[in-house]
Amino acid sequence: MKRFRALLLRMAGFCLKRQHDQEFASELESHLQMQIEDNLRAGMNAEEARRAALLKLGGIEQTKQAYRERATLPLLESLAQDLRYSLRQLVKYPGFAVTAILVLALGMGASIAIFTFVDAALLTPLPYRDLSRLAYVTESAPTIPLADISYLDYQDWKKLNRTMSSLEVMTPSAYGITTSSGLQLAPGARVSAGFFRTLGVAPILGRDFAPGEDNTSAAHTVMLSSNGWHKWFAGRSDVIGQSITLSGVPYTIIGVLPKDFHFALRGRADFWAALQPTGECEKRRSCHNLIGVGRLKDGVSMATAKADLNALATQLAVQYPASNSGQGAVVLPLTESILGNIRPLLLLLLGGALLLLLIACVNVASLLLVRSESRKREIAVRGALGASPLRLLRQFMTEGFVLVSAGSLLGMAAAYVAMRILLGLIPSDMLDSMPYLASAGFSIRVWMFAGAVALSVAILFSLTPLLRLSFANVREGLNQGSRGYAGTTWRRLGANLVVVELATAVVLLVGAGLLAKSFYKLLRVDLGFQPGHLATVGVIAPDIGYEKDEQLLPPARKILASVSAIPGVQSAALTSLLPVTFNGNTTWIRIVGMPFHGEHNEVNERDVTVDYFRTIGAPLLSGRNFTASDDAKHPGVVIINRKLAEQYFPGVDPVGKQIGDVSLTPKSLRQVIGVVDNIKEGSLESELWPAVYFPFEQSADSYFSVVVRTSQSPESVIPSLLAAVHRAAPDFSTLEEDTMTRRIADSSSAYLHRSSTTLVGGFAGLALLLSAVGLYGAIAYSVSQRTREIGVRMALGAQRGSVYQLIMAEAGWVTGIGILVGLVAAVGVAALMRKLLFGVQAWDPSTLAAVAGILGLAALLASYLPARRAASVNPVEALRAE
Amino acid sequence: MSKNEVWQGTLALMVLKTLQTMGPQHGYGIARRIEQISGDMLSLNYGTLYPALLKLEQEGSIYGEWGTSDNHRKAKFYRLTRAGRRQLEREAREWEQTTSILARFLSPGEEQA
Repeated sequence: MKRFRALLLRMAGFCLKRQHDQEFASELESHLQMQIEDNLRAGMNAEEARRAALLKLGGIEQTKQAYRERATLPLLESLAQDLRYSLRQLVKYPGFAVTAILVLALGMGASIAIFTFVDAALLTPLPYRDLSRLAYVTESAPTIPLADISYLDYQDWKKLNRTMSSLEVMTPSAYGITTSSGLQLAPGARVSAGFFRTLGVAPILGRDFAPGEDNTSAAHTVMLSSNGWHKWFAGRSDVIGQSITLSGVPYTIIGVLPKDFHFALRGRADFWAALQPTGECEKRRSCHNLIGVGRLKDGVSMATAKADLNALATQLAVQYPASNSGQGAVVLPLTESILGNIRPLLLLLLGGALLLLLIACVNVASLLLVRSESRKREIAVRGALGASPLRLLRQFMTEGFVLVSAGSLLGMAAAYVAMRILLGLIPSDMLDSMPYLASAGFSIRVWMFAGAVALSVAILFSLTPLLRLSFANVREGLNQGSRGYAGTTWRRLGANLVVVELATAVVLLVGAGLLAKSFYKLLRVDLGFQPGHLATVGVIAPDIGYEKDEQLLPPARKILASVSAIPGVQSAALTSLLPVTFNGNTTWIRIVGMPFHGEHNEVNERDVTVDYFRTIGAPLLSGRNFTASDDAKHPGVVIINRKLAEQYFPGVDPVGKQIGDVSLTPKSLRQVIGVVDNIKEGSLESELWPAVYFPFEQSADSYFSVVVRTSQSPESVIPSLLAAVHRAAPDFSTLEEDTMTRRIADSSSAYLHRSSTTLVGGFAGLALLLSAVGLYGAIAYSVSQRTREIGVRMALGAQRGSVYQLIMAEAGWVTGIGILVGLVAAVGVAALMRKLLFGVQAWDPSTLAAVAGILGLAALLASYLPARRAASVNPVEALRAE
Repeated sequence: MSKNEVWQGTLALMVLKTLQTMGPQHGYGIARRIEQISGDMLSLNYGTLYPALLKLEQEGSIYGEWGTSDNHRKAKFYRLTRAGRRQLEREAREWEQTTSILARFLSPGEEQA
């Protein structure tokens, strides 16, 4: 306690040093005066009295020094000294300081910025209770691994499973809301009553759905997301109990969900309604539209639960072969299903950023080395004057610390800006599907990460000069400091650092190259139609009044006529689903006259109007197109894609053949009237599926898209397109109006490929720059150290050409080894990111060759400049030079 | 007998004892007093007294305050605090114990027995 008090006072003394010094000076002065007076009284003369007093005291400065050491902490004092000295050094060499700090800030900024996203997505737990017990549950079909669950299957699973304490479901929906500014569409979802209880989410206002509230007999109730609450009700607390009309149906608002609640598998949803099985889909066992979330019973593993549900699926397949044969169950950790896609991408980016940081560190470390080389004399002098090795080490550590602190501060600021910019660059619908990213920020984990990075970099830098300096050889240092001397150790060490740098740059460049090539291939995937000059808009009919085709067709026809009349529109069509959306919305087909054993021939089904293929520019390969007379009053017809023709009609002309449903019910029979080329219905990277196209007049949908081909730019048509749809069908809602090219470019697979390519490409570009600068620095330093040697060589008759050769060979070796090591490492790394590649092998030779070429060229340039300087050395001056 | 240097640690005890007997006193006075009491046997470098005073002050055993000396000179006067008084009692007792043990060890009677 006493000691601690003294320590505190001494620390405080460090700050009050000047004041203490002054006070002690006067105390000492009064001491001396008293003694001098006594001495005078004892009979000495003035001079003697003073001398004796000083002698008795033991010297003023010594006393002051002893007092000062006790008044403060000497350690703290010398630290402050080192700090001042380090700052002076940095100010004295601003070029070095600015370069080192900027390079460090770049490396740290990039890795911290990426880490904020890693933190938000992968480290921050999802906002559900007891996350590890939550499972994503769905059905699998022979062609679709994650096929969603049908309502009736869900009912059976819920009732019969023995491994889950609860099993709940969710399905996306959208609701039309009439506001003062017209009909607006709000994203929503329908959930079974126990959905939020299973997740462990409680409303912040009002109540949760009560059991049974998802029965058809119950009143319609809805809960609001925090977002929806603020958007539609301005966050008023009196919303509970209010009524709101969603797509023509009145609902009672019963609760508001917490602000941090999100469910990435739905994306953004403003309204969460109780799932009452009123839709057409919920009555059919073959209509899969639900995403399941289950909570495992204690002690039950995912695998056990999967086996349990699989057994149920097999049982159902026996019971209902027509709809369920070949179906299984999928049980995955919920975290995995939400974050599984983004994890490799984020880890890739973090890896890239860390490699960039490594290069930055190596760069700064070699700068430090060069500087310690030129400070050899200073060190030697300080050592000779009595500085202990420990004291010198402390000096270097302080310098490293100052450098890293400045770099970290700047890096943190850069990281914050970069994070905000990156977040802003993510389109809002992408962000909706990754709601966990919205919380990206400087959390405690980010600070810890930044601290750990800064600490390890600081340790690295304070130890770097030690590698070079042996404090014992003080005399040697004094002797050699004055003469230009190319330390072989430094050259070896410097060369090793450059090899590390180049190899890292190769890895990043290869990664970026492979990603860029994947992206290039992705964008040049054969779409089977002409996406240019197309504008599109989604249309949704209200839930009430349009349950039957006859009710839907008149407004659909009116919409088609209305948009066709827009000036500049060359042709217009409706389709149930636009191309490049997803493989799904399937139907099972059976071909008349072909052997059939109850298998599910799953094909994409699209319902399109007469001019659809002409509008999107998909060529008809054989047969005829739809005509206006292919309507409900005429026999059913179908156009199939080339893939279906090849798969189900090998060697036969399909035109004129009949296709029906699994049991070939007479009503389902349709005649194939034509074959259209393969249109990419799924996402860009998905494989091609067989597809059937039905005439819209014979199979209408309450959700469809309008697509128009324009003569002018498609963007300019969009406002009139929207107006035309609203004019033709005022009670229909519209959504996602866009041009086809932009839709494809912003589609999630294109977006993910583009963003990873851009970011890793950026890292790689910086890495290339840094490593070229690093190589240049190493060679230039080596040349400057060898000036005398070169002078001697030239004086002895060496040609300029051979001097070039000498320097370039040195650079060539380093570069060659660096690139080689890098290529080997790159192939390994690329194999790890195979999942993120599209149409490219990890060892893609052209990418590897291109990277080696680019880096070789950059290295050539970087070493040419110092080589030229070496070759232009004037031998006479070089020999005279010190 | 040569003049003894003041041992580490005993100086603090002497300072405390001096302040107890003399009351508040400035550095010079304390130094003079220690020298007088020890007769000519201790050689005290007055300079070493000040870090010791500072240490005692930091530990809260004594308290320094500016005042005016007998001959109207400004000087810093130190006086014992309550904690200092306790420290003095404790250390004096410990010191007596140590010396009495040592004395018994070194006494001629002990050798004969």
